[in-house]
Amino acid sequence: MVPFLQVNDLHITFANENGGLQALQGVSLNLDLHEFVSVIGPSGSGKSTLLRVIAGLLVPSRGEVIIRTPHDYPPRIGYVFQQANLMPWRTVLENILLPLEIQGVDKRTGRGKALDLVELMGLKGFEASWVQDLSGGMAQRVAIARALIQEPELLLLDEPFGALDALTREQMGVELLRIWQARRTTVLMVTHSISEALLLSDRVLVLSSRPGKIISDMVVDLPRPRSDQLRYEAHFGNLSRQLKAQILPV
Amino acid sequence: METRIESKQKLANGRQRAAAWLRRNGNSLMFVTALLVILLWEGVTRWGSLPAFILPSPWAVLQRFWSTLGDGTLWRHTSATLLEIVLGLAVGVIAATITGYLLAKSPTLESILSPYLVASQAIPIVAIAPLLVIWFSPGLFSKVLIASLIVFFPVLVNTVVGVRAVPQDLRDLMRSLRASRWQTLRLLEIPAALPVFLGGLRIGATLSVIGAVVGELIGANRGLGFLIGIGRGQYDTALVFVAVFTLVVLALSLYGIVILLERRLLAWQRSARKGTLLDMNG
Repeated sequence: MVPFLQVNDLHITFANENGGLQALQGVSLNLDLHEFVSVIGPSGSGKSTLLRVIAGLLVPSRGEVIIRTPHDYPPRIGYVFQQANLMPWRTVLENILLPLEIQGVDKRTGRGKALDLVELMGLKGFEASWVQDLSGGMAQRVAIARALIQEPELLLLDEPFGALDALTREQMGVELLRIWQARRTTVLMVTHSISEALLLSDRVLVLSSRPGKIISDMVVDLPRPRSDQLRYEAHFGNLSRQLKAQILPV
Repeated sequence: METRIESKQKLANGRQRAAAWLRRNGNSLMFVTALLVILLWEGVTRWGSLPAFILPSPWAVLQRFWSTLGDGTLWRHTSATLLEIVLGLAVGVIAATITGYLLAKSPTLESILSPYLVASQAIPIVAIAPLLVIWFSPGLFSKVLIASLIVFFPVLVNTVVGVRAVPQDLRDLMRSLRASRWQTLRLLEIPAALPVFLGGLRIGATLSVIGAVVGELIGANRGLGFLIGIGRGQYDTALVFVAVFTLVVLALSLYGIVILLERRLLAWQRSARKGTLLDMNG
């Protein structure tokens, strides 16, 4: 089967005064439709750079990205940044509606979808709030709702909970699991957290430190549907130990 | 010896009460101050033995106000000045916004133009206003030009700063959503730059009054600046006062309109802060 997303031999070099900083060196990966894949690796391994290339925000120095869709317009990509990245002059609902406004979807259809997402993300009662009145966790929920509203064919999550405190982060991970199990969007997530990656993913890719290349591709053979309780099982612990050893070899 | 650290409660209560009193009575306090100034002014003219052509009494100024209002003089000159201000402001703001946006988007253009723009600010407008009046005749056009020139720079600078300050992350978001150039302008750049832009507009609005009056003082046959010239020439100092007060009212009204505009357009900022008249969220 031809994969949905194909990244072939990607090289990224940033210009700097020492003749260039190599961020990625020959990264190749495949993603099937409806697959949830995480990329994990040390700081500065070019994880975010990889997502930026796939999203079309950065042109690779070498290599290519192929996204195969059954239609003839560019794929819809939802991008969730580390910071919620909301527009302070828009209310919660208006922020969620932004992608549809850009696509020119009519207001009434859009509103219905947005209200469904408000419900799904547990944002009820905050529709008309200004985003600067939200807590970090709530703001990130809005950001996820905004990414989901266009029913993306590919969801890119760039350390989506990285700016949150540990407790909120764990809770948001569980929320994301619930949402993904309901929607089955194809996801590529970048994270620092081993347990977050294991809980959510079908596969975990490990990126080496700079220049980044993929050094391991681990299938997470935990049964679905999963729940938060999985974290306390022995097999979860084993997988987590294996991953840790690959990221930080002793 | 006994060292005691008192709670701040007492102190804070007193300060809060004072602040609350000021909030309630702020407006009446302003009127009391104005009344005191007028009384002082009256006192100086009455007992200071100053001739009326140096300092007319408040009463004489009021009388002059009624007479110029009654025969239509005041309105004729005010409307002329107002027209110059409004046109000058409009031309200056539109030119500055477009130039500012282009400069913000193009570093090349900025490096070419900005030395000239900054240098142009070293020339006092008062110094080149006579030239403009000579070149373009003492009619409406030269005043509009002077007013728009004086408005141009602060609005330009604030437009550049505002557009440059649009967060890169939000630009990335718009790109990942495949927003067109026009959509990025409408949905991101304009709303994001608006607070800083309106700050520039507020300065520009008051400056436009100065520009129009400077032009009229140099050469005109109507307008409040022209009226000031007449009053000075005839030692009709009360007339000068009437014209000056009218200008103050004009400038304050413009300032007020911009503040109302800010309150309307920047409602989202007000949930976070609340301020005084000088403050953005006044």
